[in-house]
Amino acid sequence: MSDFKRRYGRRRVIQGGLAGILATGVSPLILSRGAWAQEFCNAPTGDTVTLGFNVPQTGAYADEGADELRAYELAVEHLNGEGDGGLIPHFSSDTLTGNGILGKRVEYVTGDTQTQSDPARESARRMIERDGAVMITGGSSSGVAVAVQSLCQDMGIIFMSALTHSNDTTGKDKRRYGFRHFFNAYQSGVGLGPQLGQAYGNQRRAYHLTADYTWGWTQEESMIAATEALGWETVEAVRTPVGAGDFSQYITPVLNSGADVLILNHYGFDGVNSLTQAVQFGLKDRQANGQDFQLVLPLVSDLMAAGAGEAMQGVYGTSNWYWSQPDEASQAFTASFGARWGSPPSQAAHTSYVQTLLYADAVERAGTFYPPEVIRALEDFEFDGMGNGPTLYRGSDHQCFKDVLVVQGKETPSNQYDLLEVVSTASRESVTYDPEIFGGELGPYEPNMCA
Amino acid sequence: MDAILAQLLNGLDKGAAYALIALGLTLVFGTLGVVNFAHGALFMLGAFCAVAFRQFITTETVTIDETQLSPWGTPLEVRTPMAEQWFGDWAPFLIDYSVPISIVLAIPFMLLVGIAMERGLIKHFYKRSHAEQILVTFGLAIVLQELVKTFFGPNPWPQPIPSDFRGAADVGAWFGMQAGAVTYPLWRLVYLLFAGVILGAVFAFLRFTTFGMVVRAGMADRETVGLLGINIDRRFTIMFGIAAVVAGLAGVMYTPLLPPNYNLGMDFLVLSFVVVVVGGMGSLPGAVAAGFLLGILQSFASMTQIKALIPGIDQIIIYFVAVVILLVRPRGLLGRRGVMEG
Repeated sequence: MSDFKRRYGRRRVIQGGLAGILATGVSPLILSRGAWAQEFCNAPTGDTVTLGFNVPQTGAYADEGADELRAYELAVEHLNGEGDGGLIPHFSSDTLTGNGILGKRVEYVTGDTQTQSDPARESARRMIERDGAVMITGGSSSGVAVAVQSLCQDMGIIFMSALTHSNDTTGKDKRRYGFRHFFNAYQSGVGLGPQLGQAYGNQRRAYHLTADYTWGWTQEESMIAATEALGWETVEAVRTPVGAGDFSQYITPVLNSGADVLILNHYGFDGVNSLTQAVQFGLKDRQANGQDFQLVLPLVSDLMAAGAGEAMQGVYGTSNWYWSQPDEASQAFTASFGARWGSPPSQAAHTSYVQTLLYADAVERAGTFYPPEVIRALEDFEFDGMGNGPTLYRGSDHQCFKDVLVVQGKETPSNQYDLLEVVSTASRESVTYDPEIFGGELGPYEPNMCA
Repeated sequence: MDAILAQLLNGLDKGAAYALIALGLTLVFGTLGVVNFAHGALFMLGAFCAVAFRQFITTETVTIDETQLSPWGTPLEVRTPMAEQWFGDWAPFLIDYSVPISIVLAIPFMLLVGIAMERGLIKHFYKRSHAEQILVTFGLAIVLQELVKTFFGPNPWPQPIPSDFRGAADVGAWFGMQAGAVTYPLWRLVYLLFAGVILGAVFAFLRFTTFGMVVRAGMADRETVGLLGINIDRRFTIMFGIAAVVAGLAGVMYTPLLPPNYNLGMDFLVLSFVVVVVGGMGSLPGAVAAGFLLGILQSFASMTQIKALIPGIDQIIIYFVAVVILLVRPRGLLGRRGVMEG
């Protein structure tokens, strides 16, 4: 055999060719794992990454928006290694080290949703197109969340919703790119029902005033289902415009309706106004059907309790989280937020902060900002140490499942922040449901390119 | 019957606010011929007089007490109201009654604002078209709104009802009905009474004083009154100030019913403008009558039985009435012949 044949024989050529193919084709894939730099919307290229905080700074839910913004700023500080770290040391996942996200320093831009869908979409679009935000988060208002979530799906940007409580957000309007840590109206109904039955009995006639948009509708539907299961009768369900301000013309008919419970499916300033005005109309001191008249506010926050003052005393509702919860994580977050801002965090602030950390952690675990990989990291993620106990991010609808707090306005607050009392807890198992009941389709993983 | 009485009361109560704002709006149109779109902003400014007074009266000094901890573990901030140092035993009363007391602040402030607005800006637009007047006063309203937003932020400022007027009155019992059949918030009744007093005072001022007589004469025939050697312009300027005071006082007393924010004026302006159109541009009795009428219609339209017949009627009833009036009787219910016609 000649030297040439020995040196360049068939086997050697094939071996060499295969080695070449591997070297030129496969190794770059290994070396660049997670590097989809130019293949998705707003892929971070420098040493910073921008998050978009889209909150209501004006409108009916502006109080919640202001607190959400404080929480987001705190989350950014903690992700960048500043401050006491807040919930990071308590989080069951240990990927966050205070070195930003994937080593990139976290920066942020903010927008005002005005508590309206169209301005919220415009604001989100501006943050994506002009500011290069790689993730959008915020609320409040389910109408806003559903609208922005849909936009984010279309543009290939992950949306970590903050305060949104409609069943539709992770039901019929769910999206692959949208994730909700906050609980929902169905879970409020399941959690609150037994407490109402225990406190007020099963011979009640309920009148509903309902905010006329997606959240109000599903809240009303869930509360009617929960109270009728107790044996209550629904007298009337009346829709009221969001931001009505003066609810007196809707409260007046309640007086002679034959109802003995008024359920206010209102939130934010609407909830504060309708509750305060209902008390001004003497409903709390009224007798109907031989029983004391009762007021119920199914979704309550401490910000609303502060706004409503004495009117909130004794009124039942549900909360996603409350700052005085005794677990270590809740106390750590309250201490961190209180030291930074001089007041305890609201449930809106808590969910906003948690969502930011959950996104950062998912990116770290995925090893990339590439949305499909981040989505897969969040789907069916089981975690703890965020103040809600063991929690599951269900993959089939992107809804978090955790315990639900049933709260009541305190009769004798010990200080200006001690406004609610957690009277019972509905377990995660009891508020878990079949995702099929609310329908909807998540849609594809593949991202669109900011369009 | 009890349901109707309750809705009627609610309508009168709503109508009182509409009538107070619309009265000023139509007064300005009747005297100066100006369509003042900044009038709603005057209602809002009045409301913020109450907010500002309460802010002042509840000013606190903050000291850090290292021996006590806040709920989140930092040294406790101890807040001491300054009112106790300034006013002694009167402090709790002043804080409790901050809303009605702020009327004392609102009257001179609103008079000054009204006169400054008329002399500084609006008088330069008397001879311009209504469209230009609307544009400039609308712009002024936006400026006033943004000023308030700058100082007080975008969010509402809840104001308390004085403790003696919290709760509800058993109105049904006054009319011989069963106890508790119709209860109505005390402060809303106070507002209704207050509106009646203000409306009565304005009408009495115009009817029974020489000043009022001259103003009415000027409204009927400005040139002739001027030829008699009377400075009608100065009187009209004062009337502009009085209209601002009326709007401001309506705003002050409304704050416990609806926490004011910078946008409050715009919410009421549109409604009040409709009230003026329905009542008749420039007609004072028309504005008052239409204010109460539309308030009552709006209240009854919110009844469940009515909404079941025509869904959403509560949202459109006022505008529906305005459309009908403009089509059938363009000068409004009590408007002068020729105004808004042709």
